[in-house]
Amino acid sequence: MEAVFYISGAIAVLSTIGVITRLNAVHALLYLVVSLIAVALVFYSLGAPFVAALEVIIYAGAIIVLFVFVIMLLNLGPQGSREERQWLSLKTWVGPAVLGVILIAELVYTFGLQPSHPAGVSVVEPQQVSIALFGPYVLGVEMASLLLLAGLVGAYHLGQRDDFRRPAQPEAEESKTGTRSDYLAHEGRALSSSTEKGAGSEIGPARLKGDEQ
Amino acid sequence: MLGETIRLLIIVFGVLIVALSTAAGLIWLERRLLGLWQDRYGPNRVGPFGLLQVLADMIKVFAKEDWTPPFADAVVFVVAPAVIIVSVAMSFTIIPFAPGTAVVDLDIGVLFFLGMSSFGAYSVALAGWASDNKYSLLGGLRAAAQMISYEVFMGLSLMGVVMQAGSFNLSTIVEAQRNLWFCVPQILGLIVFAQAGVAETRRVPFDLPEAESELVAGYHSEYSGMKFGMFFVGEYLGITLISALMTTLFFGGWMGPVLPPIVWFSLKTLLLICVFVLLRASLPRLRFDQLMAYGWKVMLPLALLNLVVTGGILIATG
Repeated sequence: MEAVFYISGAIAVLSTIGVITRLNAVHALLYLVVSLIAVALVFYSLGAPFVAALEVIIYAGAIIVLFVFVIMLLNLGPQGSREERQWLSLKTWVGPAVLGVILIAELVYTFGLQPSHPAGVSVVEPQQVSIALFGPYVLGVEMASLLLLAGLVGAYHLGQRDDFRRPAQPEAEESKTGTRSDYLAHEGRALSSSTEKGAGSEIGPARLKGDEQ
Repeated sequence: MLGETIRLLIIVFGVLIVALSTAAGLIWLERRLLGLWQDRYGPNRVGPFGLLQVLADMIKVFAKEDWTPPFADAVVFVVAPAVIIVSVAMSFTIIPFAPGTAVVDLDIGVLFFLGMSSFGAYSVALAGWASDNKYSLLGGLRAAAQMISYEVFMGLSLMGVVMQAGSFNLSTIVEAQRNLWFCVPQILGLIVFAQAGVAETRRVPFDLPEAESELVAGYHSEYSGMKFGMFFVGEYLGITLISALMTTLFFGGWMGPVLPPIVWFSLKTLLLICVFVLLRASLPRLRFDQLMAYGWKVMLPLALLNLVVTGGILIATG
């Protein structure tokens, strides 16, 4: 179990470095998923299977999927990578790196001071976690649920359609009442202009023909 | 000690081989059953009853050109189909096929399955994104939204079973059904879980991510050869897994009179797989907003109601 702890800990550290240094946002998120799975394994090897399972279900399985969902919609492309490359200059690294090294030094120092506790000797079952959560820590659970409720109400408010929130304005009404033929004429213009552009540039079919010859 | 190791190895490879060959056999079974229910023959040319159709399909898939589009994100494109096979195959490890016959008798079995099934969403979402094709991307987005929504109800619907059995361990859950299968007291949970299972495996009527009438083939439009085959096998592995889990959680697992436990388990699972195929043969595809509204407005309240009622009854009866 000790080997499992050290190997998954090393994977967690390496993949988290990957999260920071990847230029492509989706690749960074994939490293984050690996990092979370590694942390779940660390929990498992320390005798906390319930926390490990929740880590995978909630973080790796739900929250990061939402991140991936949003980033897929943003469609960053190569331009995003170029911008990232500019932002990741050596100058921005110095400050956080120095502070991080100080924290690591403190951690190593405290490890040296205290006698180490053996970990993973006793396994914490789901029942024990639940009894602790709904016994001494019930106030914390209730407050967390209030916070989530506030977030839910806020998201619902932001997600409302505009016409529910404010009375319809007269000029908006006029633009909406265009006839169907107006709409079709407008659409037709858009279509014809796009086909002209398509014929001018060398896209798919033209190139394929060239390959055949 | 050595005997124990050999027994474990036999179980591990046995489960893997049986799961994969069931998935392959399902390709033939589904097409024959669809044919039967739609009043036509289905594949009946190759070998007896068309049974060798599976072999013919496999030769075809392996011999096809395996093309990675030059515009795709090559690494993610290749990894995506592997993720779905691995995550579904990992879930098979916790299923008890007979008393004491499971790859691992995990105390957090139900949670392990939920965690693994949530990785399936990555496979399809990333496949859609890495293909760099608008239809694939739309399919991937639909799949991601659908799978995280239905995972919520899937988890909640199982909590009633967990409360009644008092454990996340699947063997304990089967033992708890000795007097009465959970499909009777947990009928609401069963209904929600079955529909969430169909949504998780992205089958008709919830197959919006690959709706061929609007999205070419959705998230796997750009896939060919064996990579496409892996999505295909992943879907059938998923059906087998959900059926096996429904058997374990709601239909008494290996329990049954006269016949040996493993036979009862296989029979129940096979019957549930046929129900999956019947769904595909008889139901039309939903619209995407209907799918989401149905999930959040019908399934979620049902799952919560089941949870409250089960909890109330358990407290009242002590």
